[in-house]
Amino acid sequence: MDATSHQLDATFLALADPTRRAILARLARGDASVGELAAPFTMSQPAISKHLKILERAGLISAGQDAQRRPRRIEGKRLAEASAWLEQYRAVWEANFQRLDRLLDELQHPSSTSTRARRTTKRSRARGARQKAR
Amino acid sequence: MNMPMTIDKAQVTQPSEREVKVVRSFRAPRALVYRAFTEPALVRRWMLGPPGWSMPACDMDVRVGGRYRWSWRNDTDGSEFGFSGAFREVQPPSRIVHTEAYEPGTVGGGYPGQDAIVTTTFTEDAGVTTMETTIDFGSKEARDAAVATGMTSGMEQSYQLLDRLITELSA
Repeated sequence: MDATSHQLDATFLALADPTRRAILARLARGDASVGELAAPFTMSQPAISKHLKILERAGLISAGQDAQRRPRRIEGKRLAEASAWLEQYRAVWEANFQRLDRLLDELQHPSSTSTRARRTTKRSRARGARQKAR
Repeated sequence: MNMPMTIDKAQVTQPSEREVKVVRSFRAPRALVYRAFTEPALVRRWMLGPPGWSMPACDMDVRVGGRYRWSWRNDTDGSEFGFSGAFREVQPPSRIVHTEAYEPGTVGGGYPGQDAIVTTTFTEDAGVTTMETTIDFGSKEARDAAVATGMTSGMEQSYQLLDRLITELSA
């Protein structure tokens, strides 16, 4: 749990920088060498390497085995972990709120929603009884 | 009558490194939405959490200084967790502020330090009520721990989420 929390710290720190997010977006399209990653930026290669180190430490990217190019690769698992919580949180609340939508609808239109079945049965029984009485 | 009941799905954002914010609109007058958030008999009909969970405890004394306790139980394995706290501001039908402490029960996890502060506001426009709730965990550490707790209780890592995040990042 503590380890997880520290991992998340590193992940959120790594994601907090626009250059690093741009690097991740680039790597999402495929592996790339440091030179290729540096190309679209006005930054020096050492500056890019510093960003890559932070991303690597956060477990968001890894370096390939090819000793010459050392292509960087995105590690989806850690990024998915970081985004999964907000998505789960949202999904849980959305499920709650959809039940609340139905409840609010029912409170406003007592005869038109899920109570309808019950009430209709009662009413039609009552109607049937009245008709019989006639 | 055939209008869809859901207007927009819940938006969840992190307005600062200490906070999480949830925004949702409902097709109902504000007074009614406020009741659905503050009357226990109504609350326990919708605040049930993920599928397969029930809400055995929903006690709420909604007045300044009054306390509340909510608990949830997994119907399959019997595991439980809850939240409890006290109401700090109660302004029907527009605003509620309460403290929130996580009760790990048998689920575990949680966040260190002081209770979170939860501020909920309701505004109405043309018959649509918008609820905004902001949870202030007090520190980045506490929020991240809450994040970790949320993760361990769910833990299914979906690579579709990654696709979506990447789309956001590259937009």
